[in-house]
Amino acid sequence: MSSAEAAAPLFAALADPTRLALLRRLADGEPRPIVALAAGSALTRQAVTKHLAVLRGAGLVARRPAGRETLYTLRPERLAEARAWLDEVAAQWDDALARLKAHVEG
Amino acid sequence: MTDRIEKSIAVAAPVERVWRALTDHEEFGAWFRVRLEGPFVPGEVSRGRITYPGYEHLAWEARVVAMEAPRLFAFTWHPYAVDPDKDYSSEPPTRVEFRLEPEGEGTRLTVTESGFDSIPAERRDEALRMNTGGWEAQAGNIKSHVER
Repeated sequence: MSSAEAAAPLFAALADPTRLALLRRLADGEPRPIVALAAGSALTRQAVTKHLAVLRGAGLVARRPAGRETLYTLRPERLAEARAWLDEVAAQWDDALARLKAHVEG
Repeated sequence: MTDRIEKSIAVAAPVERVWRALTDHEEFGAWFRVRLEGPFVPGEVSRGRITYPGYEHLAWEARVVAMEAPRLFAFTWHPYAVDPDKDYSSEPPTRVEFRLEPEGEGTRLTVTESGFDSIPAERRDEALRMNTGGWEAQAGNIKSHVER
């Protein structure tokens, strides 16, 4: 992932407290069905499904059928990509500031 | 420190000199490598053309949000909006801040870029804790960079 175009949907998917809470529940790597993800929250199964669809669209979770259920798992590599993108932006600032320094001191 | 980049350097020049390099649009263009159409004006959109070799097809567009001489210069933009055919205006912009402080006979210049996920800090921290240690490592990198 090397462009804002790829990064923006990822950050947008993360920019929601409900979705972050869902990701936290998946953080241990265990696959979980929707009913487990909705448990203990005020969310309807339908609302959870909707949020999971956004996360899946951003590549943050994967799903697979298991009998009559659908299981969701976290894809931590996507979070690593978000970090890599920030690293890249940071490196660009290093370069820009080095040029500014040379410009002013030169 | 999740959606925030912070960089700090010592510049061997007075604050006023660094301020001019940042806010005079021709000087800014010389080091940032962009040809700007006109001066920076608070509240207004700055437009131009990137001159960085290999990226000359890209437009520059940023909204100046603060010019508090000689301490703070800030604008919002869409970072790395690299596709010239795509309209990025509906996406939340990030905020770039340059802060200047006297340091000895020179200047401590700190640039921050924030807002990559446009969410409040407490929720970001939640996302970060979830992502076991990775973001702490990132913050450590920045710290070591700053202290280098």
